Amino acid sequence: MELTGAEIVVRYLKDEGVKHVFGYPGGAVLHIYDAFYRQTDVEHILVRHEQGATHAADGYARSTGKPGVVLVTSGPGATNAVTGIATAYMDSIPMVVITGQVPKNLIGNDAFQEVDSVGITRPCVKHNFLVKDVADLAETLKKAFYIATSGRPGPVVVDIPKDVTADKTEYHFPKKVSIRSYNPVVKGHLGQIKKAVDLIYTAKRPMIYTGGGVILGRGAESLTKLTQMLGFPITNTLMGLGAYPATDRQFLGMLGMHGTYEANMSMHHCDVLIAIGARFDDRVTGNVEKFCPHAKIIHVDIDPSSISKNVPVDVPIVGSVDHVLKSMIELFNNSDKKIDKTALTSWWNQIDEWRAIECLKYDTSSGIIKPQYVVESLYQVTKGDAFVSSDVGQHQMWAAQYYKFNKPYRWLNSGGLGTMGFGLPAAMGAQLAHPEDTVACITGEGSIQMCIQELATCKQYQLPIKIICLNNRYLGMVRQWQEFFYQGRYAMSYMDSLPDFVKLAESYGHVGMKIEQPGDVVPALEEAIKLKDRVVFMDFITDREENVYPMIPAGAGLNEMILV
Amino acid sequence: MENESGALSRVAGLFSARGYNIESLTVGPTEDPSLSRMTIVTRGSDEIIEQIKKQLNKLIDVVKLMDLCEGKHIERELMLIKLKASSNHQREEYKRLAEIFSGRIVDVTAELYTIELAETSERIEAFIGAVDSKSIVETVRSGVTGISQGARSLVL
Repeated sequence: MELTGAEIVVRYLKDEGVKHVFGYPGGAVLHIYDAFYRQTDVEHILVRHEQGATHAADGYARSTGKPGVVLVTSGPGATNAVTGIATAYMDSIPMVVITGQVPKNLIGNDAFQEVDSVGITRPCVKHNFLVKDVADLAETLKKAFYIATSGRPGPVVVDIPKDVTADKTEYHFPKKVSIRSYNPVVKGHLGQIKKAVDLIYTAKRPMIYTGGGVILGRGAESLTKLTQMLGFPITNTLMGLGAYPATDRQFLGMLGMHGTYEANMSMHHCDVLIAIGARFDDRVTGNVEKFCPHAKIIHVDIDPSSISKNVPVDVPIVGSVDHVLKSMIELFNNSDKKIDKTALTSWWNQIDEWRAIECLKYDTSSGIIKPQYVVESLYQVTKGDAFVSSDVGQHQMWAAQYYKFNKPYRWLNSGGLGTMGFGLPAAMGAQLAHPEDTVACITGEGSIQMCIQELATCKQYQLPIKIICLNNRYLGMVRQWQEFFYQGRYAMSYMDSLPDFVKLAESYGHVGMKIEQPGDVVPALEEAIKLKDRVVFMDFITDREENVYPMIPAGAGLNEMILV
Repeated sequence: MENESGALSRVAGLFSARGYNIESLTVGPTEDPSLSRMTIVTRGSDEIIEQIKKQLNKLIDVVKLMDLCEGKHIERELMLIKLKASSNHQREEYKRLAEIFSGRIVDVTAELYTIELAETSERIEAFIGAVDSKSIVETVRSGVTGISQGARSLVL
């Protein structure tokens, strides 16, 4: 059947199984929007800013494991999308972004709304394409989805000039795709996995450290099985929360700059470190010279370039996390060797001593709302079952520390790029994918204003997100660093001239609440959750100068935490 | 590499974005029109070279990668050098030097000689060192290309 390029785009998305596309129209994509208008299979969600489209698609992907899809116009449409593309790239989120481009004969002419989208996005995509011939369009889209979702996932941009969307060609959904230069490894090398298992048997003070790769690689179930089989302590990175049930005794909490005392001390003192789908980020390792000084390190990752990038490892295993974990489980089951239980017991005794310090304890006696209390209360009220997105800053750390994620795909945050403005649109994507679930966005009065226009999108598509704004009238994390390292010179970290968030929410047709007393926190949250089909903006007036603890200052080792 | 527009900038962009150093980079067609071949000379510790190789392999347009330094290989660089050669003494001297270095004089005017030299970078440096620096008008160097010796080959 002969179709125009625009019709091929829409038809391809349908055939690929895409249900939702997040986008914003403009001149270069008018043909594609016209093709959307003439069908009902794929729903288009109209955001209010292209950054919102990319974050919403990202939240959709993080909460489902399926690729998020974005459609924006050329020029400013594409440049506005870049922040969201880079956010997805840093956290390896599968996403396909279709950008309109000026017609081929105008490319390079400084035409109206022309920008070199392929050039601009090149450093922050897994791959990108400029489609010059409508005959290549369907195959290119197939490649884009394949690259975005396989191996270490990531965003792929497909730039389509306007004339290509008008040209016609025969359309067939490409059944197969092969790219000779791209063959991601799936199975781990069995010899290496055996080496890892042998090393694990020698461990006296073992530690499991896992990251976002376990969630992306659908390895949470295998990870939980292996960890419980071995009885080892486990910590998750910020990106990895939910891969192992946070309420389980073996879970030591998050590690790293704002990780728990027990997680970081266990990392520092372990003798065998099992790193899975984690990339030894600087926020995790602290000073690499002082990182895990006593440990032999096993590292499982699907991306060979993540291995020995920051920290040299002893047993590298390249492969899909779930596959490698399953192989390990099988090897442990079929082995007659034994884990050193005596050593493990004394290791747990040591860990329990660190745990007894209760590093996440905070003052509950003041008459002011503590931000930690709001997050803990949200956890209680939602029974730990909500999808929770966050923006970036102090509230993000409190969300990670105090909301106990027992399931994967529930925690949506910009870990790598640290993008303020991520939370609200990401929550929209998650709510769209999970209409029956509670989706909460934990944010601050700074971050929320970076993508606040999306409140209108929530209204239009009836996405009843619960917004938990921890309002301390400061850019809290900036202020905290200024307090610690700049002698309290709070340069530009004070948020003046804040809007009345209650009225603002109401003006968008939502429910607004202002909560100023600790005693009102739980009732407000309960009421908000009961308003099942409404967006509720909860403006919690919190302790102004609360800090995130524990904290590892830059350049310090994991054992050199500031506790309070 | 895939012979695609943009492949070169992906490689060049990778080096600049990750702070790796490029000493030279050459690229040209191969016997297979869908492929082009690039030779990069870079410098770094073993760990950095390992990372560079992994990062290059990650690029979708990179079909196959070989570290020529891991085995015996031949490297060549082309230089064209324009020299002031107005006196008989100079002309004789540069003719002799060209012979010693297996170069060729490819252009002659009343005032100038242009010499072509296809050699290792070290030999090219040695040639430049041997001529009077004041008589060098212009040099152009292609950057290094290389090929492995024996059966080891960079083919699909």
